[in-house]
Amino acid sequence: MKAIVCVKQVPDTSGKVAVKADGTMDRASMATITNPDDMNAIEAALRLKDATGCEVTVVSMGPPPAEGMLRELLAMGADKAVLVSGREFGGSDTYATSQILAAAVKKIGVDDETVIFCGRQAIDGDTAQVGPQIAEKLHLPQVTYVSEIEATGKSLTVKRALEDGYMSIQVQMPCLLTCIKELNEPRYMSVGGIMDAYAKPYEVYDFNTLKDDPLIDLDTIGLKGSPTNVYKSFSPPVKGAGLMLEGSDKGTCDKLAALLDEKHLI
Amino acid sequence: MDFHLTKEQEMLRKLYREFAQNEVKPLAEEVDEEERFPVETVKKLGKLGMMGIYFPKEYGGAGADVLSYAMCVEEMAKVCGTTAVIISSHTSLCCAPIFENGTEEQKKKYLPKLCSGEWIGAFGLTEPNAGTDASGQQTTAVLDGDHYVLNGSKIFITNAGFADVFIIFAMTDKKAGNHGISAFIVERNFPGFSVGKHEKKMGIRGSSTCELIMEDCIVPKENLLGQLNKGFKIAMKTLDGGRIGIAAQALGLGEGAIDEAIAYTQERVQFGRRISQFQNTQFQLADMHTRMQAAQYLVYAAASKKQSGEPYSMDAAMAKLFAAEAASDVTRRAVQLFGGYGYTREYPVERMMRDAKITEIYEGTSEVQRMVISSHLGVK
Repeated sequence: MKAIVCVKQVPDTSGKVAVKADGTMDRASMATITNPDDMNAIEAALRLKDATGCEVTVVSMGPPPAEGMLRELLAMGADKAVLVSGREFGGSDTYATSQILAAAVKKIGVDDETVIFCGRQAIDGDTAQVGPQIAEKLHLPQVTYVSEIEATGKSLTVKRALEDGYMSIQVQMPCLLTCIKELNEPRYMSVGGIMDAYAKPYEVYDFNTLKDDPLIDLDTIGLKGSPTNVYKSFSPPVKGAGLMLEGSDKGTCDKLAALLDEKHLI
Repeated sequence: MDFHLTKEQEMLRKLYREFAQNEVKPLAEEVDEEERFPVETVKKLGKLGMMGIYFPKEYGGAGADVLSYAMCVEEMAKVCGTTAVIISSHTSLCCAPIFENGTEEQKKKYLPKLCSGEWIGAFGLTEPNAGTDASGQQTTAVLDGDHYVLNGSKIFITNAGFADVFIIFAMTDKKAGNHGISAFIVERNFPGFSVGKHEKKMGIRGSSTCELIMEDCIVPKENLLGQLNKGFKIAMKTLDGGRIGIAAQALGLGEGAIDEAIAYTQERVQFGRRISQFQNTQFQLADMHTRMQAAQYLVYAAASKKQSGEPYSMDAAMAKLFAAEAASDVTRRAVQLFGGYGYTREYPVERMMRDAKITEIYEGTSEVQRMVISSHLGVK
């Protein structure tokens, strides 16, 4: 068995979100973290490793400083890390990103007993599209919103969370799972793991490394290969003072309900 | 000279902070209030490699360095003085003397279980009549065939109530004074060994401080640590290293109190302004931070010298002296910045102030540090 985990380094949006004068997000000034759902994905892979002794490879597409995040994942117990980095990859939307990551995953190697783990969605883009798109491009079965995993021979039994329940799904390997917070509690790095993190295999895939893959073409990756383009970014208007409704009669309650309905809150 | 941490040390700092925030801070108030030894935290620390940070992997350690260990004690002390001293006495006072003086058999037998946290370590030197004058040992050890028989008692022993392995000092040649003391590795379940009265302390109240009693305690001959009658030197060298740990604890306590004071003074409003807007608050915090920063450089320098094998006895003494006095001063000022609330147990700064005082006393009082430093200066 073998696990490949796709991870993303994202700005830490739990603190203050910095916005530049032109209205776009000032990423450089914000602290970065490993995307929270991806932490559940890595923990899922490490638990598979604890149970079966399988090898865990983490892969991320991003600029060179993403190495720090990948080393932390090695310190948690991953065996190998791959950073996919190159100017040609910049400006990718989810289509182009999944194109590149799928090629990288192929290069790492997908066999009959491979499980690819992704987070449900990244807290910066918030699309939840990359995982399913990677699965499509690799022609693999996928299960999204995974909240429980049980390995049973050559297949996995997983619990897929729905809004008001869950589905229990049996899926053949190789397959791709996108993980949610409810799946597990990510472990800490360990002191010994940190001391080993810089001695573990670490590779950088650039455009030249991946260019022979049919998925990689300058027309299908990066800004140029992205079917969608972000046309404009802006900060949401700052909320004004709150509206106070006074009274405890039915009329006031109806008015409140109407106001909430108008804002699509109920 | 390079004041930057290595990439590994930066990553370790991140681990320590996350662990301290998520696992240690939430328990700190309860551990103090109930005088409860945080057993569950020690198990987690062991699992993550924090009970044997700077020992080689072949002995079950994590293979990091002395500075990485000091940083761990510092980060834990920022949120809980008790947790910090548990790690420090275990590592510096029990694992270190076994690692530095033990035979291969002793290291193989004791270090892996100590480093994994399965066993907790302690150090028994102090006696009712031998505190600062550590040479006045009254505990005796007499060789009888294949074992030593120990008689006597020790007081104020950190970790005692929960420790499995103790480094015990005893007189093997009474007439020789300093040159008649030997060190032994004593297991909790050796016949004739027992743990006595638990001390009720002002601070570090979750740390277990007890008396040890040895009544015809049987210690196998092979548990003599180092050479016969060379125990005093082992004790003094061990305490040099232990002082780095206590200095790091003091450092963390002061820094933790500053963190609390910065957050509080930016929220608390009096006279229509946040109290952080008053220049007295600003100057107090500037002085407090400067003192702790100076302490940090002394602590890190002593740790780095120990790691590189240079003499560090005076450095450790200076680091402990300065950091402990700075911590007492800074935590006291933090209570003042909190006003009346600072005097209540609702806020953590009074606990930090109580915890800080002991750092001026244990592992050699501030006065002992001054004796060490002045003797290194050749002042007689």
